[in-house]
Amino acid sequence: MISLLKIEIFKIFKKPRTYIAFAVISLIIILIQIALKFGGKEYVGLMMSGMGDSFEEIPTKIVLNGYLVCFIILNLLLIHIPILVALVAGDAIAGEANMGTLRLIASKPVSRIQLLIVKFTASVIYTLMLLIWVAFLALIVSIALFGVNWLGVPRELQFNVMESDDVLWRYALAFCFAAIGLICVAALAFMLSVFSDNSIGPIVVTVCVIIVFTILTQLQIPFYDETIKPYLFTTHMLGWKGFFYVKAVDGVTQKGSIENLSAILKSAAVLIGYTAVFLGIAFWYFKRKNILS
Amino acid sequence: MKKMFIIILACCMVSELLAQTPQELVNKIKAKLEKVNDYTARGKLKTNVVFIKAPIASVKVYYKKPDKMKIVNENGISFIPKGSVNINLAKFLSAAGNYEIVDAGKEPVTGLRILKLLPTDENSDIVLSTLYIDEKAELIKKAKNTTRDNGTYELEMTYGKYATYGLPDKVIFSFNTKDYKLPKGVTFDYDDGSEQKPDDNLKNKKGKVEITYSEYLINKGVDDAIFK
Repeated sequence: MISLLKIEIFKIFKKPRTYIAFAVISLIIILIQIALKFGGKEYVGLMMSGMGDSFEEIPTKIVLNGYLVCFIILNLLLIHIPILVALVAGDAIAGEANMGTLRLIASKPVSRIQLLIVKFTASVIYTLMLLIWVAFLALIVSIALFGVNWLGVPRELQFNVMESDDVLWRYALAFCFAAIGLICVAALAFMLSVFSDNSIGPIVVTVCVIIVFTILTQLQIPFYDETIKPYLFTTHMLGWKGFFYVKAVDGVTQKGSIENLSAILKSAAVLIGYTAVFLGIAFWYFKRKNILS
Repeated sequence: MKKMFIIILACCMVSELLAQTPQELVNKIKAKLEKVNDYTARGKLKTNVVFIKAPIASVKVYYKKPDKMKIVNENGISFIPKGSVNINLAKFLSAAGNYEIVDAGKEPVTGLRILKLLPTDENSDIVLSTLYIDEKAELIKKAKNTTRDNGTYELEMTYGKYATYGLPDKVIFSFNTKDYKLPKGVTFDYDDGSEQKPDDNLKNKKGKVEITYSEYLINKGVDDAIFK
């Protein structure tokens, strides 16, 4: 199994498309950092616009620190990273079928279940490596460029602030949560990959599902909010932000607090549930699949 | 009985005569405040506004006669109510002859003397100032200021070891807040089931900012560059 996994990882990292994701992510993050470095005042102005009438302007250099830049990057990127995850996970089985090597692999002395486990594990490793790269660029590089200070998180009707020594553990948990969300997307693309003999199909369908679900998540139509939205995995993928929503007593942030931990755990459970369903369907189908290519 | 009534009446009249006139009281407070040419103070700033959740911030407050004042963050993000920096009672009181003083009697519960100050200068930022004064200590305990641009503010002062200079140990600043709302498309909020929107009772609640001073450095000189 381990040697098979090493081969699968080798195959993933031998394909140029794998590096497209890393290159795209790097480019986007660097562009955002440059934009915020030279034009961050406008962004902070927008962020604080709700309280401009009541309070004196807070200096940009205090608000726009490495922690906030990382939050902004994740806010923008965690919708798009799933698309890059789909590039690899959607290709895992369908790519082999497309190249005509799936039958060859299936004839090896490993069961089909083991083969799928190895293939999916390789996709998960790729996903985690991509996330670690994002964490490095978005958090570590942003801290190096912008320094650290208290983190202010704007919400629709609230503004949450936390002290600088109360932030890193939140990011650690947020990235762990993001990993669960991205693995769920990988599982979806992987499941679709099992059904197809061409990798374009699963990748495009996964991307379409993410786009449609994200739009439904962000639409503020009460009918969808009460019926469809709670069941979409994209709704729960935003759960990483929950670690930055704090509790307060008399307006004072409670250090180390999370506003609604049970909701985050519920979202994580939903994502794990979806992952299990997607993988279950993939295993069930692949075991019975008549492999002709 | 008649004698007793006359004695009580006489006592009341004497105490009234002995009570300070509003102008005398203001002059005494003014004299106390004028002892301070400048100060630097360290403090903790606590924000209690319905839409803000923030830790207690460390601030440094600089003041220089006649009207320079600045609040600087020592660390973290602090929310300073708009216009609060410009409200300076020392400056306002020192503008002798620029306001009319109306004696509004005493507050029933606290016994604080209430004086209403009406600026005669049409360009004054403060339109009306109501001072609640502890006559014995010659200290302003509470002030309600209606300003031209920044609404009505209420200041509540608690004094300690710097009372001789008229400088408070703690100031509670109450003010009207406006609604805070950002587009959902900007914030991409996670719906964790918690109610973000304050209920209607809280919505109209005044915002409060509390500064607790830990130390003052009085008349040691403050560089003008700080106020730029």
